[in-house]
Amino acid sequence: MSDMDLLLWARGPGLGMAVAIFLFGMTLRLFEIYSLGRKRDLSTPRSNSPGSGWRTIYARSLPHADTWRRSALTIIAGFVFHIGLFIVLLFLLPHIELIRALTGLSWPALPTPLIDLVTVITLISLIVILVHRLMDPVKRFLSGFGDYLVWTVTFLPLLTGYMAYHHLLLDYTLLLALHILSAELLLVVFPFTKLTHTFTLFIARWYNGDIAARKGVAS
Amino acid sequence: MSASLQKGLNAFREVMDAPIASFFSSCVHCGMCADACLFYTETGDPKYTPIHKLEPLRRVWQQEYTLTGRLGRMLGLSQPVSDDELAAWSELVYDSCTLCGRCSMVCPVGNDITYMVRKMREGMSAAGHAPEGIIGATKRTIELGSPMGVKLQALQAQIRGQEAETGLTIPVDVQGADYMALLSSMEIINFPEYLGALARIFHQAGVSWTLSSEAFEATNSGIQIGASDIAREIVARIVTAAEKLQVKNVISPECGHAFTALRWEGPNLIGRPYKFNVIHILELLDELRSSGRLKTSGKEDAALTFHDPCQIVRRGGVVQQPRVLLGAVASDFREMPDHGVMNWCCGGGGGVSANERAEHLRLTSFKRKKSQLDELGVQTMVTACANCRIVLEEGLEHYNMNVKVVGLTELVAEHLVEQESAK
Amino acid sequence: MADETLLDILKRRGISRRSFLQFCAATTSLLALPPSMAAVVAESLGKVRRPAVIWLSFQECTGCTESLTRAHSPSIESLIFDAISLDYHHTLQAASGHAAEEAREQSMKADWGNYLLIVDGSIPLKDGGVYSTIAGISNLQMLEEAAAGAAAIVAVGTCAAFGGLPHARPNPTGAVAVSDIIKDKPIINVPGCPPVPAVMVGVLAHYLTFGSLPDLDALGRPRAFYGESIHDRCYRRPFYDQGKFAKTFDDAGARDGWCLFELGCKGPTTHNACATTKWNGGTSWPVQSGHGCIGCSEPDFWDAGGFYKALSTPVDSVTGAATAALAVGAAAGVAIGIANRQRKARARAEHQTVTIADLEK
Repeated sequence: MSDMDLLLWARGPGLGMAVAIFLFGMTLRLFEIYSLGRKRDLSTPRSNSPGSGWRTIYARSLPHADTWRRSALTIIAGFVFHIGLFIVLLFLLPHIELIRALTGLSWPALPTPLIDLVTVITLISLIVILVHRLMDPVKRFLSGFGDYLVWTVTFLPLLTGYMAYHHLLLDYTLLLALHILSAELLLVVFPFTKLTHTFTLFIARWYNGDIAARKGVAS
Repeated sequence: MSASLQKGLNAFREVMDAPIASFFSSCVHCGMCADACLFYTETGDPKYTPIHKLEPLRRVWQQEYTLTGRLGRMLGLSQPVSDDELAAWSELVYDSCTLCGRCSMVCPVGNDITYMVRKMREGMSAAGHAPEGIIGATKRTIELGSPMGVKLQALQAQIRGQEAETGLTIPVDVQGADYMALLSSMEIINFPEYLGALARIFHQAGVSWTLSSEAFEATNSGIQIGASDIAREIVARIVTAAEKLQVKNVISPECGHAFTALRWEGPNLIGRPYKFNVIHILELLDELRSSGRLKTSGKEDAALTFHDPCQIVRRGGVVQQPRVLLGAVASDFREMPDHGVMNWCCGGGGGVSANERAEHLRLTSFKRKKSQLDELGVQTMVTACANCRIVLEEGLEHYNMNVKVVGLTELVAEHLVEQESAK
Repeated sequence: MADETLLDILKRRGISRRSFLQFCAATTSLLALPPSMAAVVAESLGKVRRPAVIWLSFQECTGCTESLTRAHSPSIESLIFDAISLDYHHTLQAASGHAAEEAREQSMKADWGNYLLIVDGSIPLKDGGVYSTIAGISNLQMLEEAAAGAAAIVAVGTCAAFGGLPHARPNPTGAVAVSDIIKDKPIINVPGCPPVPAVMVGVLAHYLTFGSLPDLDALGRPRAFYGESIHDRCYRRPFYDQGKFAKTFDDAGARDGWCLFELGCKGPTTHNACATTKWNGGTSWPVQSGHGCIGCSEPDFWDAGGFYKALSTPVDSVTGAATAALAVGAAAGVAIGIANRQRKARARAEHQTVTIADLEK
């Protein structure tokens, strides 16, 4: 199989399978969650509630002062990584073209050297996150195979994308194929790992905010 | 003597709901909940990471309520939760969690970990893994009427004492009163001045109130141990008494989990809304103050601070009222670092204070409160929860700290304008 | 005449030694050799005596020959072709029919083991190779016979190098590349549809000068010409980096010469010398004329996901798979949801009221 064949497989059947597994898995996950339902709360809610589930969905992105102090590295590395990932994912033109081909939606791209810089920062932040996971007693204690798997499948698309752009080690066509395949690997494992938090955190935050708001607390 | 693993796992299956599924689906193992938990910050032991305390519950969810987990179980890829595992988790679920809710405020993906610990205790207690201390308190509540074994006679004695002290009549079993007051046994035994304070405040404000001889105990060990069936029986006593006396409101005393039990869990336990309102004493005092019925004079000059009881503030929504009240009676009120909804627990809530097994851990984790107080340097700490008060006093004594703990209601009562009731 | 050297021939055709040296220098740089090698190239090339070349054309369109010979003015490149002893090329040679085939056989015999075999076009294998024959001889048979006595083979054009258009799905003739058949001879692939003339000449010059094959990449292409991608050497690359893209072939961006990535340009995955040598005597090249690269020097470019689809977009529509996945996911979700609810209901039914007697084992 030539590099081009691999690229075509990645852009063709590979993409189809990955998208299918991802959509199947996430749909299943959401049904699994919501079908469990929850009991109606019979207690009288506070009338002048300062919060709500919707409020918490965005408010939870901003940590409290004490949390900043205690978990600074986790927060900063987490922010840098997530923002970097979304910039690279959503504002590199080839990615926008893919999104447009899949959904019909598109928006302006950012200059490639800027994306390149953000990629480097994001890669560094991921390495920091990994080292922190290995060094920090709590993170190391909580981590298992799934955590390292998720780190790897998140790191690989960024790495291969960076390598392809700079023609590092391998031929561009092969790197592009590997880049697309690595993103497809991410999609395939997505619904079955903690990557689901990408979507379910909105549900979790909503419930958290709703439970607290009922009691008059903005959580 | 019929607790069993089977019953425990069955309870896990029963409590599983969409919020729990969304929480477990969202955890990224970032460990930030550990930094929010005083049992971790003061011991440095990663096993006290809040989300880890839920591992058996998470495993039941994963194995029994997800397709991949079910397939994994069928293929023998995962082991079911064992009794030994639950036994090992007893310390994590009961000793090192006060249901304070601080982790639930911090989790970046929004997991309400406290909500899940409360649910997990249903299975832990049914499996026979609740600590002896809380089991004892629960038994006393059911058999004697109070977790500390306080009976009506003891209350009557304290009523007589406080009536003598204040020169006021403390009404009992008054039909149709506006408010029915409840007490926690700690107040009855250790802080009867709370009762006197109520009498004086209500006398001045002209509040029609009563105690019930059938239900005066507000605390609910069933909530702490996590046995809804028992909690229901306990809360039903109050509901029955209040509806029999046809009072309009029931006042939750200065006790954190009593407020949670009565205000938020009660209607869900008995399966219907109440025919009365539940109000926390601080809410009532603030209402009386703002409507001009409660007048205070003079202020404490000494610097003082307020310890936010978790169940009243963070998990109860009574956040501003204590500050307004303190502003009225103290000239040098200083907030602790991380006050309000982000305050640190005393270390003894959620049944921990009743759990002798946890004493060492509780005193260790008190270092968090100690450092907060050291930072602030005040000699008086006001609070609004009798359980916090006892735990704080024990901690302060253990660390030889010269800090006085005062109940907010009593402090307000001390500054009442000396005058006859308007009526 | 047969003893004339290349330089003699060029002189006779009115090419000065100076022009020849300039050509050698240009070829040297094109081959990415150090400048000092220009003298060596000139020295060796000047002394070359009409090497025998046999050119076989199989399933092809003559575009490669056109590309190499149809220059506006006689260039040194075209004269180099004149200089070689092109003993068989059925498009260019005067002879035809049996005479032509005889010429080929004679040449093969005379220079057995030494001649250079140039092939353009792919070789059909299906149905005994009946889809392309010359004088009743199948392409396969002719290639095998000619290859046996060749010193080296140059596969000119994408058809000979990779199968090309005849190889495109569904490949009705079973077309294959030279390298799919000949395994025991050195093969240089000079793909392109057609290949750049200067590249062809450069490869010949290298072979004639050094008597060996140039450095080849994994696909058998001379690295000197195919080492870099069109995208990397494209003069429109700065627009790619700035995020300026033509959205249609006639919008303002297209007129301003912005990057053609969105219009399906295959420059990033295509290796060729177009962007540096250009075409028609350096006049222009596809991207300069406003059309994205179609990747013609790469294997199976015809089937590589469509000329007008951006490189990062799906080759096939995923809508069907996505819709099916959503439906199956929802169905599985509903099923597991029902099973979960039943499990929960059963747990509720099996609930035994917990009393204080039930808190211990």
